[in-house]
Parts: sequence; structure tokens; C-alpha cells
Amino acid sequence: MRTVYLDNNATTQPAPEVIEAMLPFFTELWGNPSSMHVFGGQVRRHVELARAQVAALIGADPSEILFTSCGTESDNMAIRGAVEAANAPINVITSRVEHPAVLEPCRMLKEHGVPVIELEVDGKGQIRLDDLRLALSRGRAVVSLMWANNETGVIFPIAEATELVKASGGIMHTDAVQAAGKLPIDVRHLPVDLLSLSGHKLHAPKGIGVLFIRRGTRIRPLLLGGHQESGKRGGTENVPYIVGLGCACKLAARALGDEITRVAALRDRLQAGILAACPDVRVNGDEAHRLPNTLNISFQYIEGESILYHLSDCGIAASSGSACTSGSLEPSHVIRAMGVPFMAAHGSIRFSLSRYNTAADIEYVLENLPPIIKKLRVISPFAAP
Amino acid sequence: MWEYTDKVLDHFRNPRNVGTIKDPDGVGEVGSMACGDALKLGFKLDKQGRIADVKFQTFGCASAIASSSALTEMIKGLTLAEAEKVTNQDIANFLGGLPEQKMHCSVMGREALEVAIANYRTGKTSKKILEGQVVCHCFGVTEDEIVRVVRENRLTTVEQVTNYCKAGGGCGKCRDEIEAIITRIRDEEPAVPVTPQPGPSLTTLQKIRLIEETMEKEIRPALKKDGGDIELIDVVDNRVVVALRGMCANCQVARFTLKDVVEAKLREFVAPNLVVEEAHP
Repeated sequence: MRTVYLDNNATTQPAPEVIEAMLPFFTELWGNPSSMHVFGGQVRRHVELARAQVAALIGADPSEILFTSCGTESDNMAIRGAVEAANAPINVITSRVEHPAVLEPCRMLKEHGVPVIELEVDGKGQIRLDDLRLALSRGRAVVSLMWANNETGVIFPIAEATELVKASGGIMHTDAVQAAGKLPIDVRHLPVDLLSLSGHKLHAPKGIGVLFIRRGTRIRPLLLGGHQESGKRGGTENVPYIVGLGCACKLAARALGDEITRVAALRDRLQAGILAACPDVRVNGDEAHRLPNTLNISFQYIEGESILYHLSDCGIAASSGSACTSGSLEPSHVIRAMGVPFMAAHGSIRFSLSRYNTAADIEYVLENLPPIIKKLRVISPFAAP
Repeated sequence: MWEYTDKVLDHFRNPRNVGTIKDPDGVGEVGSMACGDALKLGFKLDKQGRIADVKFQTFGCASAIASSSALTEMIKGLTLAEAEKVTNQDIANFLGGLPEQKMHCSVMGREALEVAIANYRTGKTSKKILEGQVVCHCFGVTEDEIVRVVRENRLTTVEQVTNYCKAGGGCGKCRDEIEAIITRIRDEEPAVPVTPQPGPSLTTLQKIRLIEETMEKEIRPALKKDGGDIELIDVVDNRVVVALRGMCANCQVARFTLKDVVEAKLREFVAPNLVVEEAHP
């Protein structure tokens, strides 16, 4: 059966070049990069090369790149580390639609008495800069706002937000896990202090992340127990994955131009095709400020999990903001924060593309999806007969 | 993906008895779109009083559709007295089992059948007959329903109750109450009377008293910690006008919490349609 993978905001296929680059570090190059002998020394060089490759993707200096185990660790370290390093009381400002890797540490800090403000979003999933201004007026803050949303692809006005935060003397963190490799990022022109990346969202394997820490930013380590990563993160470096991530960043930088334009055209074709073939659908999120690979769309009267299972029967992989898919009983916090009506929230499907998708993939989905929607609507008590 | 049995997937992919019945003898509708699943079931009896035809429509996940389809197959040809004896566990067994977190789908099937039979007998067309005190306000689950799933399925934890009837799966405030119900059933003690919640028919005076009480107990202590306070200015229908005092008065951020905290608390403890506004100085 043909398979079409459109769940790239969940995880991506590791690039073959990445896996090839990693393999020697499981076999002959297995030394500890900290060791003072040739086993360690030759490995150290590759770790530093990878650091430079990651830095190049976002315009950072290699010394500002810290390797972590995943995007969640990077987010936790950024927020908790910055709050703990502040030598005076500090507020935390974030948004309602952040990834749980940001929301949960913020809520933990709140339980410990740190004032936390969660900015609301409008119907398009956008924050209002005036809300941020107001929240900043309360005092110095660590601000964590995602560059782009994993569920809707909505891109926040990060440049404007960063300007406000820096003008107020605050610390700016952005979770750029979904943005990296899909949008150009250049920290030379964007004065964020902290920025999180995740390897497996850009065709590296799972288990490797990055926290960009601008030189001079005060941050407390999360993991104690070693001098690695300039004393900011204990633990022997995950060398094969670091090398893999370096390679993935090199490939991502190359794909940022024409490849991303091609992916955006495929996404637009998918959206137009669904809108033309299925009545009673709505696109969720700010279409004018949206990742080029993401389409979040609600099918009225039917529920997301049943759509996903029928798609899966056709070999098509996507995801849903419905309650049933998460094992929880409530639909996605992102979709709900946007004020999307319950039924549309339960029937929301996210298609997320990558550079490995083709026009034939999209046509295959457009052939198979409309009959599924029709079939489920016949079963639904809410659909018009 | 969930670990669905082949039978669940078969009934999901090829649901039996989909649709509506013309001039049904009984119709039952349960669930809601807000909860993420809903089921409408109708049946027609033959001259011997057996279920001659039954049809359903379901909004929900794969296991909700499969449970509905399975139920219709199970009750065809039964008398209402026989059909009434079908439990949610029977539906799950028919399907070769359901994931624990999806057991509420089988409960929804049993409930729809009950409502449909009640509709046949009484002619009432209420979507769902709510009996007893509502325990879980997020999903509208009553104490009677919780007691029933606990008894019928021998449930021992709050988590299981959530899996079977969703109660406790929203804000989580009712988990202690569910725990108490479980303990009570386990000990088979006589039912503990539940303090009645204020109904929708509050007089303005009662409403104001309740608002003040809620502010005193639920809201003021948190504000006082920050050196602030809140004062009730007026209550007009469902509009509650308040003024922020002390440190809160000049705090822009307090305005964020006005809607979030004050309104949410008042809606929870007083009436769900209240709107909180700030008094103009």
C-alpha cells in the first residue's frame, strides 16, 4: 500500500545523509570527547564541527550552542534556568498556546510563587502585542513565546515581541522547535536571549536538542554533575546524535530556499483541494502568518480520531486535536484557546509536510480524504441529511 | 494508536444499522458535541414486542462508532425487558474488549438504549434523564451514573471512573467526591446525602449572598496575599460589578485575573451565566 506521511510536526524521517554521518560514531569513533588521548580528541573535533553547523543555521556563534537531549529539556532549562539565575524577583510571561514543554514548567514556577501571566490568543491564534506590553509593565520578566505553533503553524510576531521584551529589560526565550528548518532564523538580527531547537523535527533522530544561549545570558544548569558544555550541562556528550544534528542543520539550511517554497505550494494545493471537495470545513489559524508546511483544518460534525483511522487505512498519516486521540477527554488546548467551537475542535486534523513529500502524495490524499469525510458524516447525528 | 480488537475495527469500518428510523417507537440521544461523542438511537418493535429494527447515528471516535454498531446488533430481536439487561460490559465483551480509556464509549451505548426505552414507555423526549446530583460539571455526570458504573464494572479508582463515564476528566475538581463515592460503595454504607447545589432559581438576594460568600472564601484570600482586595458593587441580572482595591486597584495585571479567576469562581459556585465587570471609578 502507498504510504503518505503528513505528520512532520510530530516527528520527521531522519535524512539518510544524517544516519550515514552518525554511523562511525557508534563503531570506530566511540571515544569520550573529554578524554586527553586520541580516542577523545578525534571525537571532540566532530562535536565542535557539529556545533558550528548548528550555529550556522541560526546565525549564532558556536560557543552559544548548548546540546541537550530534546526540545523539552531545552525549554525547561531556558525557563527554569533563567528564573533561577535572576537575583531579584522576576515574572514569567508566556502564552496559552505554548507546547506543554513550556506551559508545564511555567505552571510549576507559578506553584512556587513566581507570578506567571499567560497571554491569550485571538481567533486566529495570534497574541496581541498590547497584551504583552501590559504584562511587561508589571516588572522584569522572563518571556517565553513560541516562534511557530506546532498544532496550527501560526507564527508569532517574534521580532516585535523580542523588541518589547528587550526594551523592558526582560529575558526573551523562544521555542523555535517548529520554526527551525522551515523559516530563516538569524539571531544576529533578532536579539533573543534563549532559543530552543529539536533535532527530530528537522530530519535528525529523536534524542537530541539545542538551547541557544546568547553570550552573557545568566542561566542556571538543569543537570549538575560534569564540566561538559562549558559547565552548563553535566553528562557525557551524545556524540553520534550531535554529529547527526550538525548534518541535519547543514541540510536544513540548504533546503530553506526553493525546497520550502515547493513544500508551501504543496500545502496550499492540499488546502485548496480539501476546501473544494468538502463542505463545512474551516482552516484553523492565521493563514497570513503560518508555517509553510502546516495545515490545521476542522471537519464539522465528525470526530478527529475516526478520520485518522480511516486515513491510516489508506496509508495516510496525520494527527488530530480531538480529545479521543490524546487519551485525555478534552480537545487541544491550542484550538480551544482560539475559541474554536467544540465540535470543530474535536474534528480538527493537522497535516504537516516535509521536503520528502511530493505532488503525487497530495493528490493521493485529495483522492482518499473526501469519501472518508462523507462516510463519517452519514454516521453523524449532527450532519445535515 | 489504540489497541483496538479486530472486531472493534470491523464495526468501525463497516458499521451496521446506520441511519434513522421512520416513525420509531423509541428514540434516545445521549452525549454532546462538547464532550466529543454523542449517540442517537431509534428502534421499532414488532407485534410481539421484540425489537424489529434499530438504527443509530454517532459522533465520536472509532470505538464510539463500533460500540454503537455492536449494540444495535446485540439488541435486534430482543424484547425491551431483555434489551434492558444489556450492560456496558456486555457491549465491550461483544467487541472483544475495549481499551480502558475508551470504556465510556460502551457506557454511552447502554445509556442511549435506556433513554430510548424510557422514551417508548413514557413518551418523554428528553435527551438524557438526569437523575441525582451532578458531580462532574465538566461532563455533566450525575452521582447515580457514577454509582452505576462503579457497581456494574467493580471500579476501584477515580481514574477508572473517568475512563468509564468521563467524570473527573475535565478540571478535576470532583475527583475527591468521586473517591468518596467509590469508598462508600466499597464499604456499602448507607448513602451520604449530598449538600444541594444552588439551582437556577436563586432570588437576587440569595444570589448576592452567595456571591459574597464565594468572594470571601474563594477569591479574597488570594488577592490579600498580594496586598489587594475586591469589593462587590452591584449585581444586575447576571452582571456582577466589582471594584479592585488596595494593591490591585492600580495593577494592570489584576485585570487579567478578573475574568480568569473571579468570573470562573463565581460561575462555578454561584451560577454558570455570570459575567464579571469592573466598576468604573
